[in-house]
Amino acid sequence: MTRNSKFLSISSLLGFIFLYAPILSLIIYSFNKSKLVTVWGGWSIKWYVELFSNQQIIDAALVSLKVAFITATLAVVLGVLAGYVLSRMGKFPGKLIVSGWVSAPLIMPEVITGLSLLLLFVSLENLIGWPAGRGITTIIIAHTTFCMAYVAVIVQSRLSQMDDSLEEAAMDLGAKPHSLFFLVTLPIISPAIISGWLLAFTMSLDDLVIASFVSGPGNSTLPMVIFSKIRLGVSPEVNALATIMILIVAIGVVAAMWQMRKKENTL
Amino acid sequence: MTQETTMPLWKQDGAKPFIQIKNVTKKFGEFTAVDNVSLDIYENELFCLLGGSGSGKSTLLRILAGFEELTTGQVLIDGVDMANIEPWNRPINMMFQSYALFPHMSVAKNIAFGLKRDKVPKKEIEERVAEMLTMMQIEAFADRKPDQLSGGQRQRVALARSLIKRPKLLLLDEPLGALDKKLREETQFELVNIQDKLGVTFVVVTHDQEEAMTLATRIGVMGNGVITQVDEPRDVYEYPSSRFVAEFIGSINLFEGRIYEDEVEHVKIKSKEADCNFYVNHGISCAPNQKVTVAIRPEKMKVSRRKPEQEYNCLHGQIIDIAYMGNLSIFRIKLKSGIIVRVTLPNLVRENRNPLTWDDFVYLSWDYDSSVVLTS
Repeated sequence: MTRNSKFLSISSLLGFIFLYAPILSLIIYSFNKSKLVTVWGGWSIKWYVELFSNQQIIDAALVSLKVAFITATLAVVLGVLAGYVLSRMGKFPGKLIVSGWVSAPLIMPEVITGLSLLLLFVSLENLIGWPAGRGITTIIIAHTTFCMAYVAVIVQSRLSQMDDSLEEAAMDLGAKPHSLFFLVTLPIISPAIISGWLLAFTMSLDDLVIASFVSGPGNSTLPMVIFSKIRLGVSPEVNALATIMILIVAIGVVAAMWQMRKKENTL
Repeated sequence: MTQETTMPLWKQDGAKPFIQIKNVTKKFGEFTAVDNVSLDIYENELFCLLGGSGSGKSTLLRILAGFEELTTGQVLIDGVDMANIEPWNRPINMMFQSYALFPHMSVAKNIAFGLKRDKVPKKEIEERVAEMLTMMQIEAFADRKPDQLSGGQRQRVALARSLIKRPKLLLLDEPLGALDKKLREETQFELVNIQDKLGVTFVVVTHDQEEAMTLATRIGVMGNGVITQVDEPRDVYEYPSSRFVAEFIGSINLFEGRIYEDEVEHVKIKSKEADCNFYVNHGISCAPNQKVTVAIRPEKMKVSRRKPEQEYNCLHGQIIDIAYMGNLSIFRIKLKSGIIVRVTLPNLVRENRNPLTWDDFVYLSWDYDSSVVLTS
């Protein structure tokens, strides 16, 4: 082993510790028997048991999963359309502005996105009476706007890697543009669509700021419940909940990356 | 075959062309990719568009397929104007340079794709695909995905897919470009056999002159968006119409000079670059005292140590380079004027007792009918 590779392995080890030590301690403390968060009292799964008997948390988890599922699906439909237009329309006037619009939600501070959507929903309610009050619908709309941007970017990059002659070959063999989209383009970009869906799902599940702005009473998402619980003091229950969420998000991200890898191999 | 003795269609007066390209121009912004091209291609031809990159040959092919709209001009196929006919409605199929096989479909599904679009009954599709798989000798790979195939196998699948709809016209974009040399040679002959068997008109785009020579019934040489010469392979090689064609096809030695004796049945040409005068045994139609180029192919020259008994077409120089290629050797000979002439000689015997070698002085001579006089 050379000195250089020793340096590399030590620095990567330090990096990993920096990134994952807090998460690891959280996971370990979720199995703590003691009621005091900072005192270790031996192993136990009682906080998990308690967690699943807490109706407030289960309700919030169901809201979050429902929102994430619908958001991811809507974001994929809109994101695929946007990505397809941006990579296949060729040059059209204002293309730069449109592609800027699509990716703007990626860099917009969440506080601003949340606030502006709240203002939009309130004024819409005053003008046309829809959406009546704030709740799951408004959270879904808000999440879709920023998740769609991620899907559009992923789909667009996949389409730009795709050989143009594949679509031309389909046309040449008698496929009209709409059937060629479903028969050739969509299957080829499907790994990007799946990974976009998974990414949108995890991001919606994760979001606290925007959801806090646009949700109404009785429709708290899981991150909102966790946040409000922590304000009353950290309970070991929250550690257990956070561990479960880490697991779900990790599975989602790994699956998304695996899909992206797969796409590279088949191209 | 009873047709073997009849004249090819393009030599018959009044024969109806299958493809008529009339004054076609295609511009991309300011750039003119195809510049006022007119060309007739006849049924059952294997026509090669030969040119370097950026010559416009691929654009012309894509115009036929319907992927590019014309700036001006007209394309007729089998007498029908193609102006408003979309690619999916044209009686044409194309084999793409990248093969463009659908990566998510098996070989059999790739081949069946075109028939399914035409709503051919399922049973017929199966039969025709099976038949095509057998013809292309790829039955063993029917269930594989394209990324599990070798380059040569992919090429066959692409060809099978483009032939399955029995098109009247098949366009091939660099069909052998991605194959290695040995496979390319085999496939060349196979392509000719398939074309002959199915009676489909082929239009092939290639940058490889050897490929064009082997495949084509006729070659159209393209450069800068213009077709410079359309002729049978032998004529393109032996009677190039311009300097561009002469230099593009094979290698050739060029001497610039002026005609000093212009008769009906012969001309004599003087060149500062050569230490002899040139004699050509046919008349040239050109202005008196016009600048011309005398072109002579490397294999048409004779090499000798002793001065041959001829006044014209006899150069003297020194060997500066020899390249042994196995079947032949290439000599580079420097003349007194500094011009370097390239000569190829077949290696007829294994051991030459008195071989030509570096620094030898030799005479180069050729017959009166071996050279070509180019006026443009």
